[in-house]
Amino acid sequence: MTIDDSATAAPMTAADVAFLAALVDDDPAVLYEQAPCGYLSMLPDGVVVKVNQTLLSWVDRRREELVGGRFVDLLPPGDRIFYEAHLAPLLRLQGQVREFAVELLARDERRLPVLVTAQAVRAADGEITVVRVAVFDATERRSYERELVRARQQAEAAEARAMELARTLQTTLLPLELDPVPGVDVGAAYRPAGDGTEVGGDFYDLIEAGPGQWTFAIGDVCGKGARAALLTALARFTLRSSARRARSPRAMLAELHEALLREHPDQFCTALLLGIEPMADGAVGVVVTSGGHPLPLRHRGGGTIEEVGRPGGIVGLVSHSRTFDVPVTLAPGDLLVAWTDGITEAKGSAGVFGEERLRAAVREAASGTAQEVADHLVEAALAHQGGHARDDIAVIALRPAPGPA
Amino acid sequence: MVALVEARSNVRVHGPPAARPMVFAHGYGCDQNMWRFVEPAFRADHRTVLFDHLGAGGSDLSAYDPERHARLEGYAEDVAEILVALDLHDVVLVGHSVSAMISALVAGRAPDRVGALVMIGPSPRYLDDPGTGYVGGFSEADIEGLLESLESNYLGWATAMAPVIMGNPDRPALGAELTESFCRTDPEIQKRFARATFLADNRADLAHVAVPTLILQCSEDIIAPGVVGAYVHEQIPGSTLVQLSATGHCPNLSAPEETVEAIRRFLGGQ
Repeated sequence: MTIDDSATAAPMTAADVAFLAALVDDDPAVLYEQAPCGYLSMLPDGVVVKVNQTLLSWVDRRREELVGGRFVDLLPPGDRIFYEAHLAPLLRLQGQVREFAVELLARDERRLPVLVTAQAVRAADGEITVVRVAVFDATERRSYERELVRARQQAEAAEARAMELARTLQTTLLPLELDPVPGVDVGAAYRPAGDGTEVGGDFYDLIEAGPGQWTFAIGDVCGKGARAALLTALARFTLRSSARRARSPRAMLAELHEALLREHPDQFCTALLLGIEPMADGAVGVVVTSGGHPLPLRHRGGGTIEEVGRPGGIVGLVSHSRTFDVPVTLAPGDLLVAWTDGITEAKGSAGVFGEERLRAAVREAASGTAQEVADHLVEAALAHQGGHARDDIAVIALRPAPGPA
Repeated sequence: MVALVEARSNVRVHGPPAARPMVFAHGYGCDQNMWRFVEPAFRADHRTVLFDHLGAGGSDLSAYDPERHARLEGYAEDVAEILVALDLHDVVLVGHSVSAMISALVAGRAPDRVGALVMIGPSPRYLDDPGTGYVGGFSEADIEGLLESLESNYLGWATAMAPVIMGNPDRPALGAELTESFCRTDPEIQKRFARATFLADNRADLAHVAVPTLILQCSEDIIAPGVVGAYVHEQIPGSTLVQLSATGHCPNLSAPEETVEAIRRFLGGQ
């Protein structure tokens, strides 16, 4: 060994000298036998021809027990199938497999988790002559991976539970189906935002307010998730309980307004109430009251579309808020549609859906039933954003029921 | 219908259109690449058809149906649909591993289209059945072990999928193909296919095979041991059993010449 000891080189420490000496002492045979990983060579058919001492010590077997036997015999039955059905073909096809996790059968039924990487050596004609296999002890890594798998399974289960909970909660916040209203054709459609893991903030309800009177409500509470759900529940049940007491939709909104200011001063919602009263001549009287909610559209039998109602203050936002009851009449053939901003603000590659597209969609569906109209609007807004709803979408529609007046 | 089925199962057709059709069905754990050393040998005088089972290789994953494909019958329906879509008759159906049984089910389902059956390493039931004394070679605990093994290889899946090309600088075309797919399967689907395969019991279906059948049995095949091959031979009336000197479970890869030769001799004698 020559060591450059000239004045320009840094002086060697005792550790450096020991390191170099050890390198020289490491003859290839020792490097192979005592390597920090297991080595094994096998013929293309899996017969073991060579194995290093490290691997022999890991599985606590003698060399003659392994050499001449098959590599798969070192594996437990499940891993044997995995090897023969998947890894052996891969070795033939791509000449190598990397980091596959199996167990090795050690003496006394002990199992050693390992990671195995194998490389085929090919002759000039492309035929595989030998396969070299490196084996790494993966005991700790495997227990860590098991934790990861467990954590992933728990996360998946938790997500499934959250989705189930959101779905269940959502169904308590929306009517399962609308009660029939004599003389009036009613419809509603709803689509939660995203993948359904969150409870949305849109709601609608059809409430019997008294003999021959109903209130059709649609609204949008601020926020999402649990807080929004709480507010939605409060809004829905406040409206339900006030329906029979209140003299008008405006009085119902006032009760909701007070309840929100009292119980959730930092939250608010928009709501549109339609007080419905079927009339003897086949027309339907509707009292329109908006609390910060987009005003509904009336599609006349003749084809014109107009906004009806008068804008009012957002519900639960500031203490002094004004809303207005505006009576309108739906003649047979007329249609009244209300929606949440998940429709008009639906963003697609062509920009927001907007009121023009909304009006066009109303015209397209105007000859259908109220339910068909509501479904069509939701579909149109959904299609506009490529099938993925970024916000909740709710639509309600009503029209005088067709038939003998 | 034709295009639909072809895209769904990643169907590849070669050889003269008028020649006798030969359909190759790959087994569990790989895809149609399994046949790359065997199928070309038949192209000159057969119309060869390769495909991937749904969930494997280049098949349309969206067409995979957990319910339909929970049983081998579902896979058999897929194959039968390929035969119908391509309007094949007198087909030589070549099935490896679990597809040997799937092919037997197809023969029972579409007897007017299947003319001969080649079963490579078949097993009608992988589990032992102590009640009848049947030896399949595996216990339920062994199959659980396989599923666990798949689970622990789940984490490393992304790595296995990554392009791994070594030692083929002179065959770049092969390399490019490798990056695309090689026995690529979604881990969840692979687990389900493993259940469908290794927990199945199709012993009763063997007696319904009514076409000339060749059984190729490897030596030292731990997945389909010799005793199982002998059982299949005994149960399929008039079948021919050929013992290969090839070892392991995949003679189509490890001994393609011997495999091709055995199939040719069988077809020549028909």
